[in-house]
Amino acid sequence: MTMLDRRTFSAGLSAALLTPHAAFAETIADAAGRAVPAPAQVTRVFPAGPPAAILLYTLAPDLLIGWTNARSPDECAYLLPDACTRPQVGRITGRGNTANLESVLALKPDLILDAGSTSETYVSLADRVQQQTGIPYALLDGRFGSLASTYRTLGRLIGRAREGENFAAFCERTVAAVTGRIAGIPPAERPRLYYARGPRGLQTGGRGSINMETAELLARNVADDMPGGLANVSLEQVLVWNPDVIVTIDRDFAAAVRRDPSWAAVKAVRDGRVHLSPSLPFGWIDFPPSANRLIGLWWLAKILYPDRFPEDLAPLTREFYAKFYHVTPGDAQIAQLLSG
Amino acid sequence: MIRSALPGFAVAAAVLVIGLLLAFTVGRYPLGLGDLLQVIAAKLSGHPSGVSPAVESVIWQVRGPRVLAAVLVGAALAVAGTAFQGLFRNPLVSPDILGASSGAALGAVLGIFLSLGVFVIQALAFAGGLIAVAAVYMIGSAVRARDPILVLVLTGVVIGALLGAGVGLLKYLADPYNQLPAMTFWLLGSLAAANAADLVPLFGPVALGTVVLVALRWRMNAMSLPEEEARALGIATGPLRIAIIAAATLTTSASVATAGIIGWVGLIVPHLARSLVGPDFARLLPASAILGGGYLLLIDTLARTMAPVEVPLGILTAVIGTPFFIWLLAGMQKTWS
Repeated sequence: MTMLDRRTFSAGLSAALLTPHAAFAETIADAAGRAVPAPAQVTRVFPAGPPAAILLYTLAPDLLIGWTNARSPDECAYLLPDACTRPQVGRITGRGNTANLESVLALKPDLILDAGSTSETYVSLADRVQQQTGIPYALLDGRFGSLASTYRTLGRLIGRAREGENFAAFCERTVAAVTGRIAGIPPAERPRLYYARGPRGLQTGGRGSINMETAELLARNVADDMPGGLANVSLEQVLVWNPDVIVTIDRDFAAAVRRDPSWAAVKAVRDGRVHLSPSLPFGWIDFPPSANRLIGLWWLAKILYPDRFPEDLAPLTREFYAKFYHVTPGDAQIAQLLSG
Repeated sequence: MIRSALPGFAVAAAVLVIGLLLAFTVGRYPLGLGDLLQVIAAKLSGHPSGVSPAVESVIWQVRGPRVLAAVLVGAALAVAGTAFQGLFRNPLVSPDILGASSGAALGAVLGIFLSLGVFVIQALAFAGGLIAVAAVYMIGSAVRARDPILVLVLTGVVIGALLGAGVGLLKYLADPYNQLPAMTFWLLGSLAAANAADLVPLFGPVALGTVVLVALRWRMNAMSLPEEEARALGIATGPLRIAIIAAATLTTSASVATAGIIGWVGLIVPHLARSLVGPDFARLLPASAILGGGYLLLIDTLARTMAPVEVPLGILTAVIGTPFFIWLLAGMQKTWS
């Protein structure tokens, strides 16, 4: 052990022994109603999964320790270079842990942040990890409808309540602006939308699934007779639904569907209303289910109601990217982005 | 002897015909027998059918290819199962015993993990199945043992477990929002995405494998005898074993590449066929093929009509196959002695 190592070690040890009583300013209720001891000074936050990482990056990129998965160069074109290259740290929640709790501790976070479900499973996971590591673990509500309140809670947790309020207000303004313009259209007259995932476009989200939150705000989900999450459907079922509009995130499917004879009878295909959603740096429709879906609301609205949303998406996109991703994309970048 | 097999074949053919009629006339898209006959008559006569283009599209582009794919996959799995049960002289053997399904699963999951196109994913699955069985065969033959068949089966189990670990690793590393659901759906087996373009790469290997097995039918009867007795009859058991394994693997891999993992069909259909036409491979192979095609067709019809959502085939075949398998275990003494 070198001199320096020993000094850091003993400093760390004394910090660990001394700080717990002094470091917490107050307790803040998270989205699950858990009392989270908020650190007085937050400098490093560990995101438990991709939605939390995105929320944190948008509000406070300097606090983000790393990403759940390493970001690709394509994604980094729309993110701060310094933040984008931060390391891969794995996830604590979701389907299986890829982060080891010891490595989480080694990263010395002041706070662990998770956004998504606030069910009993995640509450007990949060309690366990908080108890095991001694690091405050906050659960945020990942639903699209809670985005504004999630930003407010996040702002308070990291001691940036004013910025959190600012983001929350932006979210509320955007949702109100988009939904306000179609509020007069009764649900039965809204376009019927099929959301196509997978290389053959035959996976879709059922009613109320997290994948369909923004779509169902504006349109009728053709799959609204099947509750729950993602499922496989048959092409026959799509022909029966005969959607007015198809939105997809799969480039191969978007290219193939226009000349696939088996899809030719679908109304959306006949009318040329198949749209590939922009996907960088994060998807505009459903994944990861985080703040990235906010700009997708404008995009969806314009596809669904071209007459009511005549505005150019480019300035809206630039404004959103500048505020949320902290980069201002050029005209060429935006054009490329909007082409899917 | 020949005459006694006729009722059995009639039953198998009836299952297939009923399956075909049912499959073409029921589905999520409302379509009557009248529409079907009208569209087929129009196709044969060359005149316009007068039904809506959507109905034509359902028949020729959606339901038709899917029905054919179901028959082909069912027949392929049943034939492969029949061949393996004879080769290993064991009624509890299924076509994936030598790792064809696990290899195909790893190939497909790798393709999804790398975000490749549908055709490449299917090609990787097909290649994965072939490579896995080839590896099992080579390792199994390299091990010197008194019972080469037992060593082969055990090698298949071990390699299958290793490949399963590979699938697990890729699922673990996959993007949970996009790739993981696709992998899960693929591994559960479905014909939802089957289209006309899938039929050629499916039909070629299945036909080739089946033709080889049918050509070997007399020698396969001898393979049911203990190894020494087969040799005494002048059968070269080594080369014959390779030919049977290669042919059965070809049909299994092609069907798994198209439809994902569908268990149980290759296990239970050969038994049903055996109870219909007896153990002679000359009759058992065609009977298994017909019955397997009809059986999977009925199950797939159920899978696509029960709910707006597709019910995964692997789940349906397991729900139906498990009780059958238990019944089989209970009655094994009777049927195999």
